[in-house]
Amino acid sequence: MNPIRDLNKMFDSRIRLGIMSALMVNASVNFNELKELLDITDGNLASHLKTLEESETIKVQKGFIGRKTNTTYSVTKAGEKAFKAHLAALEQMIKSTK
Amino acid sequence: MSDQQQSLADLQHIKQMMERSSRFISLSGFSGIAAGICALIGAWFANRKISCWTKGDCTLDGLIDQGGVQLLNDLMWIATLTFVAAFISATLFTYLRSKKNGLPLWGSATSRLFWNTLIPIAIGGIFIIRMMQLGQFELVAPACLIFYGLALVNGSKYTLGEIRYLGYGQLALGIMSLWFTGYGLYFWGMGFGILHIIYGFLMWYKHERNN
Repeated sequence: MNPIRDLNKMFDSRIRLGIMSALMVNASVNFNELKELLDITDGNLASHLKTLEESETIKVQKGFIGRKTNTTYSVTKAGEKAFKAHLAALEQMIKSTK
Repeated sequence: MSDQQQSLADLQHIKQMMERSSRFISLSGFSGIAAGICALIGAWFANRKISCWTKGDCTLDGLIDQGGVQLLNDLMWIATLTFVAAFISATLFTYLRSKKNGLPLWGSATSRLFWNTLIPIAIGGIFIIRMMQLGQFELVAPACLIFYGLALVNGSKYTLGEIRYLGYGQLALGIMSLWFTGYGLYFWGMGFGILHIIYGFLMWYKHERNN
């Protein structure tokens, strides 16, 4: 078995990996919290979120706090499954090279 | 970097991001030390007040017999000032640390920590106020320690996990003091003063010494 085959291309990027890690342990996280957590620019974060959203790994909820927009993100069922498979593949990689 | 090293680095990154996004990790050891010092100063003032009113007798029963409304008033002021001083100094050091770590002081992790510790503390506060209204002063110190201990154990899921042991310490002291009524202030000083200082020092040693 080749564990590399099971590694999800979607999570190759450190930033997408970080976004997923945060969403896995929180019911939802908003844009600004993700930005502070990952310490990246708005544009950079938005483009990675778009990629994850288009692959239906995460879902977006747009809301308001007062008059300010508050966009929160959470992981989808499919995304959770994909991320767990990716973790298992990483684990497999470490074990197989021992 | 080999595939194995890459995988390990990825896993470490995941773990770190999970921690940082779900737990409030900027709690500073100095906050514990500062809160402990405030508690000891407060306890010292309270003790002096009680001793001078009861002339060497430290049990609170004596105080009620003398109709010590003024004393009770003074003690409430000492307690309030102690709490405010401890809260401000603890927040200050934690604020400084979160700034240094580049993490926000108020985020979803902080709000979860805040609510989960606030609930047992607020309920405990109401319980203690009602107890005092009914003239039950012997159990004030044990109740403070027990509710605070429960709050810490509950909150430990949302911040540095070691705070759980501080909670266990407060609970143990609180339970013990149930059988040593009249020495409440000493137990209170041990828990809120000494234990905080020890905890704060250990936390500083473990997490902050190197940076």
